[in-house]
Amino acid sequence: MSQPYRIVGGLVGRENLVSFRFNGKRFQGYRGDTLAAALIANGQRLVGRSFKYHRPRGIFSAGSEEPNAMVQLRHGAHLEPNTRATVTELYNGLEATSQNHRGSLEFDLMAVNDLLSPFLSAGFYYKTFMWPKSFWEKVYEPAIRASAGLGRLSGEEDPDSYDKGFLHCDVLVIGSGPAGLAAALAAGRAGARVILADEDFLLGGRLNAETLAVEDMSGAGWAAQTAQELAGLPNVRMMPRTTVYGAYDHGIYGALERRTDHLATSAGKPRQVLWRIYSKRAILCAGATERPIAFGNNDRPGVMLAGSVRAYVNRWGATPGRRVAVFTSNDDGWRTAQDLSAKGIEITAVIDSRDKPALASVPGAAIVMGGRVIDVAGRKGVTAIKLAKGQTIETDCLAVSGGWNPNVHLTCHQRSFPKWRDDIAAFIPGDEMPVGLTVAGAANGALSLGAALIQGTEAGHIAATDTGHTATSITPPWAEDEPRDTAAFWHVGESKARAWLDLQNDVTVKDVRQAGEEGFRSVEHLKRYTTLGMATDQGKTANVGALAIMAEATGKSIPETGTTIFRPPYTPVAIGAFAGRSRGKAFRPTRLTPSHKWAEEQKAVFVDAGMWLRAQWFPRAGETHWRQSVDREVLQTRASVGVCDVTTLGKIDVQGRDAAEFLNRVYANGFAKLPVGKVRYGLMLREDGMAMDDGTTARLSETHFVMTTTTANAVGVFRHMEFCRQCLWPGMDVHLISVTEQWAQIAVAGPNSRALLQKIVDDSHDLSNEAFPFMACGEVTLCGGVPGRLFRISFSGELAYEVAVPARYGDALMRALMKAGEAYDVVAYGTEALGVMRVEKGHAAGNELIGQTTARDLGMGRMVSKKKDSIGSILSERDALNREDGLALVGFVPVDRSEGLNSGAHFVSPGKEVTTENDEGWMTSVAFSPSLGHSIGLGFIKRGASRIGETVIAADPVRDRKVEVEIVSPHFIDPEGERLRA
Amino acid sequence: MKYSGWKVLRQALGGNKGWEPVWRDPAPKPAYDIIVVGGGGHGLATAYYLAKEYGLTNVAVLEKSWLASGNAGRNTTIIRSNYLLPGNEPFYELSMKLWENLEQDFNYNAMVSQRGVVNLYHSDPQRDAFARRGNAMHMAGADAVLLDEQGIRELCPFLDFDNARFPVKGGLWQPRGGTARHDAVAWGYARGADQRGVDLIQNCEVTGFQVKNGRCIGVETARGPIAAKKVAVCVAGSSGRVMAQAGLRLPIESHVLQAFVSEGLKPIIPGVVTFGAGHFYISQSDKGGLVFGGDIDGYNTYAQRGNLPVVEDVCESGMALMPMIGRARLLRMWGGVMDMSMDGSPFIDKTSVDGLYFNGGWCYGGFKATPASGWCYAHLLAKDEPHPVATELRLDRFKRGHMIDEKGAGAQPNLH
Amino acid sequence: MIINHPLLGPRDAAEFVYLGDASLIDRPDWQSDTAADDFYEYQYLRDNPAGETRELWFHEQGDRSWLVVTRNTLTHEITKVELARDVALAAGRDR
Repeated sequence: MSQPYRIVGGLVGRENLVSFRFNGKRFQGYRGDTLAAALIANGQRLVGRSFKYHRPRGIFSAGSEEPNAMVQLRHGAHLEPNTRATVTELYNGLEATSQNHRGSLEFDLMAVNDLLSPFLSAGFYYKTFMWPKSFWEKVYEPAIRASAGLGRLSGEEDPDSYDKGFLHCDVLVIGSGPAGLAAALAAGRAGARVILADEDFLLGGRLNAETLAVEDMSGAGWAAQTAQELAGLPNVRMMPRTTVYGAYDHGIYGALERRTDHLATSAGKPRQVLWRIYSKRAILCAGATERPIAFGNNDRPGVMLAGSVRAYVNRWGATPGRRVAVFTSNDDGWRTAQDLSAKGIEITAVIDSRDKPALASVPGAAIVMGGRVIDVAGRKGVTAIKLAKGQTIETDCLAVSGGWNPNVHLTCHQRSFPKWRDDIAAFIPGDEMPVGLTVAGAANGALSLGAALIQGTEAGHIAATDTGHTATSITPPWAEDEPRDTAAFWHVGESKARAWLDLQNDVTVKDVRQAGEEGFRSVEHLKRYTTLGMATDQGKTANVGALAIMAEATGKSIPETGTTIFRPPYTPVAIGAFAGRSRGKAFRPTRLTPSHKWAEEQKAVFVDAGMWLRAQWFPRAGETHWRQSVDREVLQTRASVGVCDVTTLGKIDVQGRDAAEFLNRVYANGFAKLPVGKVRYGLMLREDGMAMDDGTTARLSETHFVMTTTTANAVGVFRHMEFCRQCLWPGMDVHLISVTEQWAQIAVAGPNSRALLQKIVDDSHDLSNEAFPFMACGEVTLCGGVPGRLFRISFSGELAYEVAVPARYGDALMRALMKAGEAYDVVAYGTEALGVMRVEKGHAAGNELIGQTTARDLGMGRMVSKKKDSIGSILSERDALNREDGLALVGFVPVDRSEGLNSGAHFVSPGKEVTTENDEGWMTSVAFSPSLGHSIGLGFIKRGASRIGETVIAADPVRDRKVEVEIVSPHFIDPEGERLRA
Repeated sequence: MKYSGWKVLRQALGGNKGWEPVWRDPAPKPAYDIIVVGGGGHGLATAYYLAKEYGLTNVAVLEKSWLASGNAGRNTTIIRSNYLLPGNEPFYELSMKLWENLEQDFNYNAMVSQRGVVNLYHSDPQRDAFARRGNAMHMAGADAVLLDEQGIRELCPFLDFDNARFPVKGGLWQPRGGTARHDAVAWGYARGADQRGVDLIQNCEVTGFQVKNGRCIGVETARGPIAAKKVAVCVAGSSGRVMAQAGLRLPIESHVLQAFVSEGLKPIIPGVVTFGAGHFYISQSDKGGLVFGGDIDGYNTYAQRGNLPVVEDVCESGMALMPMIGRARLLRMWGGVMDMSMDGSPFIDKTSVDGLYFNGGWCYGGFKATPASGWCYAHLLAKDEPHPVATELRLDRFKRGHMIDEKGAGAQPNLH
Repeated sequence: MIINHPLLGPRDAAEFVYLGDASLIDRPDWQSDTAADDFYEYQYLRDNPAGETRELWFHEQGDRSWLVVTRNTLTHEITKVELARDVALAAGRDR
């Protein structure tokens, strides 16, 4: 309870005590802590286990680069695996558990892997587990998979919600350290619309972790004051807790804002917001990440990055140790010794790999210049370090600094390679940057505070100027340039024990060397072979060191050895955030027909038809099986009259002097001579000659047509027609507009359909067969003046009409038809009965128009006019599409009429094996025909038209069925078409 | 060096100091019998089978970067043979049979894992199409099981069955489908080819073809000219720009397909699951990462990176199908350049230039085809006639009207 | 990506649907003696350049204009956006 490692100072709110649990044990920390800071304040050193060897691990860093301190946060459906303790804001009631151990964190049974490590060297699994063959899937792989992963998912639906948003700005500043604040200030003061985003909840970046001064105040104080000024500028949007995770084309950046992750509960508010930021200019001020040095057992809990150690001390007032040693290859490591010492923490030693005079004296500390740490004692926490010259120093924390790597990640997202800078022994952004992006400060290799402020100010000024703003004053804030000399020192050669590079994936110096010896020398081969850099931290602290060791092993320089680029996201992003609100029922919009409410009242069963929801059938009391409802709907329609909402069909209004000629080109059959007041069936081909869509088109006047398309192809057909209009025949006077949503359309079918319509259509219209014959169309008024259109077309094969009214009258029309139809025992039918009737009639529909079939296959080859230019006519003439033994659409009935049929069955001749060689076609659509009393089917079969009467086998091995079927005409009902002309 | 558990033990006891390079790093010779252009999975498999099946070892594989640096090393590792059309299915089933014996054949553990591939359906027409396809698979000797909703509930209980916009009605399951460790496949072929004498030459970009009297007699490379009796191009996403050097236009466009992997998680997804009402497929690697993908970005590109709309679309589909992955974090996204053909099916064929051969048009399905592609390309190169299962994979099929269009999407590559 | 629509200004590419190479405007003459070959090449063969290309995008979630976009397939840089109708008219297409 007492936070024994809490010291004075820092930016935590000591008045706000926060309690939390780690592995069930209760702890306390302060508002402003991260989980890692609070664990450090409480002296909890062991926090997790590594991936492969299950080595005990402690907190390694103080930021998003953390490879070790991964916890499972929260519980139940809110369980959040692989969460970095170092960026998790502490809140009251926080619950975290460690992960990747069998048994307790302290006594992990899987730690036996560590003893077996010689057998588990880089890529060992590629060389074994091959014999006996069957053991891979039965024994080896299950064992490997059992040890996969770190944390676990709850297996339950994510209970939180996520939002998405769009932002626009002149200047996006990524990172709010000294460079970022200076950039935002310069651009903001000039009046540019600025967004300043930082992954941290406190703006200021390293300024909050250092004891450096800006102007005449503390760095943290200057950061707070600057943030306050920026917050007061109306043109600046401050976005803390926001990670800009990716750089995309044309100045678009992806960002994730964490809205409730720092609270005990989201309380129904969105947990996170995924922003897409459209920027004219962007300035990357992402700072730098410290890198470790590899030496024996450098993965022990208590071995930490030096800059992180002083961050915990300076920002959080929590010390990772009471007796701290520093091992550094550069000047910056000394700051840790000096800052800690100033806070009264004992520095046991400063070991500097460089042979040069000591930079400073540190009270009580042994100073070892040209020194090396070769080993670390203390399995679950550092107890002592051993130096190359044999000296052992007791210490409980080792702060390591191998220099700083600029955070170039976002500059690589468009595949630009970073370039090497010898003087800082690090990669800096490459020359080909995403358009509009500049880099300032440590991310650009300007590692000192003074330089970062200058670069930030300049970048902000230039970005403001580039976006049309003028700055009044651009004096950068002043700060000292602290010493940053760095040696390129990567690992301690004298170490005998294993030395870690990638802490999470357990990749050691030896693994990298072995990969080199085995020929995996390309950086990408190295990564893939050893798994280096593939863990949740994506190698932020590991990659450059490994590259250096490979360079050394192959006798090349680091830039010669290569570099690896970073891919988005900068830090991992919850999949739920990318999905936003588009999940569950809201995954995609639902389109409802005008009669939907009425159908609901009838207790219709609905079915998805693309985005549309359509009534599938209308069950009545006593009906226990869907077939009963469907059979009734079919029989009643054919006996009297039925109605069906067909609004979902695509409707395209075609107008203009050249409208007829235009249709003549987009349809395979002729349309130029269609008389006014008539409808014609049209077959549309793709340019490759395949059937694309079909439907009817009505001519309402010389210059006005209304086309219908299938429900599925409505959008695609319209797009295609606009292509034809704008790109192929731009000189035609024709205009298109989609009116699918504007018109409700209802089919009225059956021998009593005319009688029913006569009760609805106003008396002035003559609907007699003579006045309004099959394929007639016209504008009408209904129900006493409602404007509408009437088409005498039939999908069912019956005397039938389709009546269209403005969509707002759709519901009323359906109700009026049902009311008026009572006298004829009218029935509402759904898509299922619609489908049965069209199979009975032999019409092709979605299962036949699959983009793989031609007009000829569909039995409509003769419709393709060769006397005119139309889309698809030339390529439909290709040889393979006109073979003698080509497919043809025909009907099928089971020889034993009591048998059912299955769509998807393939046809083979009797006696033939069911193999690819003997495949003659397939069944496309089947139905039980209540009119005929047995099952019927449509299907494509080779030479079908000439095989009427022949018997073949419909083989359906996936359902283990074989049915003898007879090939028949596809027109099962009224083949002469007498009913629809009645 | 033959790999085995015994060898791993022996090496471990010797401090892992005796491992030999997996492949040599030879300088190019002035001439070869056959040059394979492209050191990806298909090129390496071709070289391996040329050496192993036909004894042709005076062969070089020229790779512009590092071996398997293209799509072989950036795919979602799925293997399956669940195709519909007779021009495709026997070819992919041959591939599946080669996968099943691959590791013993090339003495490298590529972690071929037949945990099953299930394609979900959400409507009756989709079910009918899957039945047709499943039957075609059976007829070609493959395995396929048509599952109803209950079957899917048992196989994948973690899907959203009760609150879905497009409820799952069933699926077509291929139990023999699964995944393989993509890099290891390429490395296994590379090592096997190298051991048999094939020269694998990295950082050796082909910059032109030497054509004399209508016959290809070699290539120009970044490391000088190299003569060859036959030149076999096998460069996937780079097909357009490489074949343009020989003056050939192809029925191919280059598009980017993005892929995604999550942080490592304890096993939760058994096999490969494919959504039928959106663009999403997923599996879980042996390391624990959820490996998933969706649709191509849709515009022509040679850049190995994509944009956000597709990222969001894929994750939306994932969340619609299995909302338990919401709190899993997406760790890394990347793009590969796909050689999208005009009917969605590939080519393994001679070209109009004598001695110049072409293998490409794999769209986003090239990985699963790797063994059969190498097998059939080697057959074509060695015998100058197509392998019986690859007879339809010809470049002139569009001229003849013999498309192999599984989706029926027509001559628009981004729809396949 | 952002496409600078000649009538509507900069729009997110997600509002558009992509078709392919702008050569699809150049539909051959159906009555030519070489129509079969011409249509085959028109429909199936592509330059597929690594570099600058001209391509067709349809503003489906907008004004339904077809646009010809000049874009680099290596960098995605867009250097020109025109109305496809204007391009087609300029190329001599009429009716």
